[in-house]
Amino acid sequence: MSEKVIYAMYDDDDVLKDGAKKLVAKGIKVADVFSPFPIHGIDPIIGVQNTRLGIMAFLYGITGTTIATLGMRYFMIGDWPMNIGGKPNFTYLDNILAFIPVTFEFTVLCAAHGMAITYLLKNKTLPGMPASNPDPRTTDDKFVMELRMSENSGFTAEEIQDLLRSTGVIEIDQKEVK
Amino acid sequence: MEFKITKKANLWTIAIMVIGLLFTGIGVACEMGHDHGHHLGQRVLGNMLINSFFFFAIGLGALFFLALQYATETGWYASIKRVIEALTGYLPYGVMLLALTLLIITLMDGAHIYIWMDSAYTDPASHHYDQIIDGKSMYLNKVFFWIRTIVYLGTYLLFWRGFKKRSQLEDEVGGTDIHFTNYRKGATFLVFFAVFSSTSAWDWIMSIDVHWFSTLFGWYIFAGMWCSTMIVLVSLTLYLKKQGYLPNVNESHIHDIGKWTFATSFLWSYLWFSQFMLIWYANIPEETTYHLMRIENFKFLYFGMFIINFAFPMVLLMSRDAKRHAGILTFVGLVVLFGHWVDVYLMIMAGSMGPNAFIGFMEIGMMLLALGFFVRMILINLTKAPLTVKNHPFLDESIHHDI
Repeated sequence: MSEKVIYAMYDDDDVLKDGAKKLVAKGIKVADVFSPFPIHGIDPIIGVQNTRLGIMAFLYGITGTTIATLGMRYFMIGDWPMNIGGKPNFTYLDNILAFIPVTFEFTVLCAAHGMAITYLLKNKTLPGMPASNPDPRTTDDKFVMELRMSENSGFTAEEIQDLLRSTGVIEIDQKEVK
Repeated sequence: MEFKITKKANLWTIAIMVIGLLFTGIGVACEMGHDHGHHLGQRVLGNMLINSFFFFAIGLGALFFLALQYATETGWYASIKRVIEALTGYLPYGVMLLALTLLIITLMDGAHIYIWMDSAYTDPASHHYDQIIDGKSMYLNKVFFWIRTIVYLGTYLLFWRGFKKRSQLEDEVGGTDIHFTNYRKGATFLVFFAVFSSTSAWDWIMSIDVHWFSTLFGWYIFAGMWCSTMIVLVSLTLYLKKQGYLPNVNESHIHDIGKWTFATSFLWSYLWFSQFMLIWYANIPEETTYHLMRIENFKFLYFGMFIINFAFPMVLLMSRDAKRHAGILTFVGLVVLFGHWVDVYLMIMAGSMGPNAFIGFMEIGMMLLALGFFVRMILINLTKAPLTVKNHPFLDESIHHDI
């Protein structure tokens, strides 16, 4: 099923922000904003929720801690007890100080890689994935606001375009997308 | 807006000081009866050193933090600049108390705290003669110690006076000249502080365990000082906010100081652990003495203090919401602040009194006395300048700070 989408292009992030504020105040829903850099303060205006990447980072970190601990417990104590600086090597706890740096590093490794991969997957921007931004100029110096007609059933496309024109937009494009 | 000390705050600080004085009196009386008062001088002076150093360090940490903001030309802090400056305002009192303590200790030939000050240990004819101490006497002797102490304290006070003067001048004249002067002076201060924070920690604290040495001891002290400062800063900001002051401070500012608290407690834990693990790994007798004394006699306090100072902020301040919650921040902050006091207590008391040291009436009393005095001086300092800066070049950025 195809749907009507309006793309409004701006050449200044502050103008876009003010425009978005105006539209949202009228009750229009802005679906997304494409920009070459993060626009500070746009999230609360267009109603983007706080990221939950931090929670994932915590879970990945905990996974790393667990794997490192279990692994070293097996390698260094269970399978082949290692003599570390002549210290007792019968329990993990006796030698825990020697294992902490590795545990720390592995936690960071898992959290960082997990976060990066999750981010790329969620944004569909893994290397080789087709670009999903409406206009290649948004990767250079233009800013595009996306409005979906299905989310703005109370307005006609003409009404929204008229409103957009009053916000300093430089180009308006209407497309049918799947 | 001008700050006025509330009657409640006035009463509380005085009450804390009175209770502190009372406890100190009981503590002194108990100690006089114990072991013929043999350890009285050492214990009283040790406590004076703990508390004068601990609170002086908070003032110094605030001065460092201010210089750091100047040198990095930071914008967000402009709304809380006067709060940081009020903390640095404790510095002259802190310097006075610390210098007084060091002076009494010097006059008493070290008072069994700095034993290297006692000529019995460096005189080859004496039966107390200690070759290691004698070998260090080129650096550790009364005259050079005082030259260094005066240079440290003088430099800190000089920069403090300059920062204070220019901050008030900026309110009147504005412009960017003062900003760039602050930028240069802040960077210069950091250069001096980088050296002095390390060497002063060796002189004032590490020389108590005179046979022992650790190259990262200065950073360890510095990290503890920075963490304590951030805790006091966040608590004070929240207190002022609750009283209806600081209209420009929003949740993002609180979040940022909360992050500093979180980060600096990690920095401190990292340095504590680095020092501990390397010594544990190498297992060389001359290095392990420091930890051996603390683990054999203060196992509960030593590891308890580490767990509190590390795990508490890690678990409770990790999430974004917690760093924006006044109750959690204050609770965690005050517990960790006490943890850092215990840290300083163990550095000084376990080094000087050793197995004879314990936390009794005198320790609690003198801590409360110093705490009451510290809080009172900070509050008085807050009344001396408007709580909101004018004409700071980044004030607008700070008002709209949003993360």
